[in-house]
Amino acid sequence: MSFEPRIVGILCNWCSYTGADLAGTSRMKYAPNVRVVRVMCSGRMDPTLVLKAFQEGADGVLLAGCHIGDCHYISGNLKTLRRIPLLKRVLVELGIEPERLRLEWVSASEGARYQGVVNEFVEQIRSLGPLDLEARRLPATASAS
Amino acid sequence: MASKIGVYVCHCGMNIAGTVDVPAVIEAAKAMPRVALSKEYKFACSDPGQEMIKQDIKAHGLDAIVVAACSPLMHEKTFRRAVEAAGLNPFLLSIANIREQGSWVTEDPAKATEKAKAIVAGAVFRAARQEPLEMRSVEIHRAALVVGGGIAGIQAALDLADSGIPTTLVERQPSIGGYMAMFDKTFPTLDCSACILTPKMTAVGQHENIKLMAYSEVESVSGFVGNFQVRIRRKAAYVDHTKCNGCGMCMEKCPYKAPSEFDQGLSQRRAIYVPFAQAVPNKPVIDPATCVRFKGKKCKTCIKFCEPGAIDFEQKDSVEEVTVGSIVVATGFQPMDAKKIPQLAYGRHPEVYTALEFERLNNAAGPTQGKILTKDGRVPQSVAILNCTGSRDTNYHEYCSRVCCMYALKYAHLIKEKLHEATVFDFYIDMRCFGKGYEEFYRRLQDEGVRFIRGKAAQVFGGKEYKAIANAAGFIDGLEDHQLVVQAEDSLLGKLIRVPVDMVVLTPAVEARADADEVGRKFLVSRGADGFFLEQHPKLAPVSTTNDGVYIAGACQGPKDIPDSVAQGSAAAGKALGLIARREVEVEGTTASVVDELCSGCKCCLTLCAYNAISFDADRHRSSINEVLCKGCGTCVASCPSSAIKAKHFTDEQIFAEIEGLMSM
Repeated sequence: MSFEPRIVGILCNWCSYTGADLAGTSRMKYAPNVRVVRVMCSGRMDPTLVLKAFQEGADGVLLAGCHIGDCHYISGNLKTLRRIPLLKRVLVELGIEPERLRLEWVSASEGARYQGVVNEFVEQIRSLGPLDLEARRLPATASAS
Repeated sequence: MASKIGVYVCHCGMNIAGTVDVPAVIEAAKAMPRVALSKEYKFACSDPGQEMIKQDIKAHGLDAIVVAACSPLMHEKTFRRAVEAAGLNPFLLSIANIREQGSWVTEDPAKATEKAKAIVAGAVFRAARQEPLEMRSVEIHRAALVVGGGIAGIQAALDLADSGIPTTLVERQPSIGGYMAMFDKTFPTLDCSACILTPKMTAVGQHENIKLMAYSEVESVSGFVGNFQVRIRRKAAYVDHTKCNGCGMCMEKCPYKAPSEFDQGLSQRRAIYVPFAQAVPNKPVIDPATCVRFKGKKCKTCIKFCEPGAIDFEQKDSVEEVTVGSIVVATGFQPMDAKKIPQLAYGRHPEVYTALEFERLNNAAGPTQGKILTKDGRVPQSVAILNCTGSRDTNYHEYCSRVCCMYALKYAHLIKEKLHEATVFDFYIDMRCFGKGYEEFYRRLQDEGVRFIRGKAAQVFGGKEYKAIANAAGFIDGLEDHQLVVQAEDSLLGKLIRVPVDMVVLTPAVEARADADEVGRKFLVSRGADGFFLEQHPKLAPVSTTNDGVYIAGACQGPKDIPDSVAQGSAAAGKALGLIARREVEVEGTTASVVDELCSGCKCCLTLCAYNAISFDADRHRSSINEVLCKGCGTCVASCPSSAIKAKHFTDEQIFAEIEGLMSM
């Protein structure tokens, strides 16, 4: 059986979640692999939420918020924009490919963009293969003991 | 933690049940931790659906509810009310969005069902950890702001003011009236535009409840529903309008001229001017780009002739702040620049006009006193009106501008009425006459002998230019140099045609204003792909926006004719009024708060808050959050190194649990 990625999407309420809803009301079909958590603002996207998703077995994490300049809370997305590159370095340290985390801006009117982003990201994760953290942990545990 | 969760999976007719195997989701939910019962229903949002949930809460002592249905943005409020009516705190409800983000976007029923189970599990895990919260009650300021003094804004301001609400109307131009003030007649009734508009303008100017701020712009908006603080910049007019009596001597005597914006550059106005004779307020402003005093010269003409001594070259911009409960944005549209379509020769050939230029040319108060004349003073023998200039064209705007077919018919009628001998050609793709009395008007014009040509005009040539390039097949007998040739494919004949005319009128697309992006950001109103402001729901909330307390009306939301703009102006005023009439509004208590025992006093959060809601208590060495100012974005929560800030209803534990649930299937 082919590998079906399991992806956690964390979307801001005002732009990206609404954009994802718009893709739905417009009946745009896209890959069903992303399971969505709604938060009020991309500024709420705490690195621990991303780590938690990987810990729970997600093969990828998609974060999406309002475009820069359009944040419903003025500047929450800027804070996340700065946070993610650092988080990606942490992922590398943990042995997780940074490409498994993606930050995107999707506005409330961009249903088609959300569809495109999801399809593209699912294919990217599919080509990366399963994350399988258990298997990756072995060498680290061995050196520690 | 909740221990008896009720799960309700909605069929939404076939919207969900058509793709998702609902009984399978029900079975899966029964096996999820702490789920006491799991049921399906055809339409959970219906009265009996809600009643079932209420009964179950009471009968089974459910302590949290999951509704798997449409998006929470659609019906979260509905179900919150239902659980509240059954005595449960509304924040103990969790919505699983299996329609917009499930059944509607997944083709494969097996995959849609699998995804629905995961979404339900996420909601169930989350619901178990949700905590009761109180709604906060906020007083609504009994005042309104209307932005934009076109017909939609005028209507909204009058409706609000007539209901006794103190209303501030802000208009960027020196006078209210908008585009409607420029029109000669209105379709299809052929009412004189000024005759129906100016009484409304005067009413605005004289209304005891309206504070008219013309020549002003909204600089910034802060606050929230019920309590918006709006800073308005009043541009320096260099005329003290409290002293000015509007006699007009200054305008008569001013020696410096500039093209009149109101007349689309077809006439001149002075450096000190009112845009048009019936302007409201009818007080002049000085245009610093034209007045020579701003270029260091010493002209004193206006000062000399102003009897009340109102001219004040020392005047500066002033900023006023108003507090309002609700806002109506009616900032209108702009016509597309016809020069963007070079093959239509606008700007290259003097006898190619835009629609607004033709409105002025045809207006009794316009540059030719309503005589339809070419620029060199001839009476045109033939006029071509070209529809869809930049509309329904993927190179420019994909959408239909909605008003052009009808005003093209109006122009055709007015030309026929004034110049009996003239031939009028109307080039169209489809004739869209959808309103009340519109189709009848089209039929009338067919009877009046207008030549309708079904084909979009591809190119307009100057007569001289055409003669230089035409081959024998395209030779037009008697074509004069000053004439124009319209080339199109007559799609009914399937033939290329070239029509010589004396005048061409374009119908530039109605488009979002160039600064719509900036204005949208000020009022936190988002825009659609076409650039216009986005309503909350295209059918059921056409004048509301996602920003509570801010409404939109008129062509800023999309191309609209006068009746629709007026209807929206009244609708937006009604919504704004309805809000104000409630006196207070409940806002979600989903703010952030500092857990004192965990705060290390590092002050990281202080600079992150965009609303200055966090302050630092130096004595206790702790941060604290003012929950009145807090908007609940959660930025500080995500950034606190000690995890000492808690986002109510979006706590780490709740989101972690949701992720666990989503990944458990």
